[in-house]
Amino acid sequence: MHAIISLVAGLIFGLGLAFSEMTNPAVVIGFLDIFGNWNPSLIIVMASAISVGMLGYWIKNKRIKPLFADKWYVPTLKHIDSKLIVGATLFGIGWGLSGYCPGPGLTALVNNPSEGVYFILALILGSGVHTLQNRTA
Amino acid sequence: MDTIFNPLVGGLLIGLTATAYLLTTGRVIGISGIFSQLLFTKGRLLPFLFIAGLIIGGSAYGVLTEQTVAFPETRSPLLLTLSGLLVGYGTRLGGGCTSGHGVCGISRLSPRSIVATVIFMAAAIITVAIVS
Repeated sequence: MHAIISLVAGLIFGLGLAFSEMTNPAVVIGFLDIFGNWNPSLIIVMASAISVGMLGYWIKNKRIKPLFADKWYVPTLKHIDSKLIVGATLFGIGWGLSGYCPGPGLTALVNNPSEGVYFILALILGSGVHTLQNRTA
Repeated sequence: MDTIFNPLVGGLLIGLTATAYLLTTGRVIGISGIFSQLLFTKGRLLPFLFIAGLIIGGSAYGVLTEQTVAFPETRSPLLLTLSGLLVGYGTRLGGGCTSGHGVCGISRLSPRSIVATVIFMAAAIITVAIVS
């Protein structure tokens, strides 16, 4: 069951990205370029996704456990530390450079392979460095 | 009209997926987290299926929707590599990306996710302002 859910969830999430053109870095950079020719698409995508998401958490809070799992695995961390701040800053700089965050970067492997390959190989390397650091620390 | 309709429908699809995934599996959808599970942890089948679905769905241009904005001209490998390194390392250090913090985290009003989203948005806006 989980296999079907994962595949279908990935598929519909990807369709959402494509339909809203978030898979196109030109659209994302157009949103981030608030001092230039601003394209508000991304804020509409996020607002509509978050509205539905909030409804989801409202339903979740009325249920004891998920349909196909024994408990909730929602992150419970609350504290704001330097890792969160530095990590979000580095991610933001990288995102602004190309217009790719991880989802659209992965779809670029098909949509625009001459860019996607470099971005994703580097992304694997970057997250690999973090994994290694945490193994040795 | 498409400039409002398409992002609205796309966002609804993303929100519905996150909600259905949450209520069935009990987990949040974070692309950076799921992709790093695929790379670095055992039990790779589920993250593999999710990422495969994401790539198939995310490349459905022309089948379901028309592209209204052209893709950018191919950027230099150096810029893409630098961007990928920062996104890869930053999302792991900060524990999430646009989906995990930006959509799922804000949906449940997580203080960490709200702070992270404000920071990565601000950093990205400043970067675009400097580079372009």
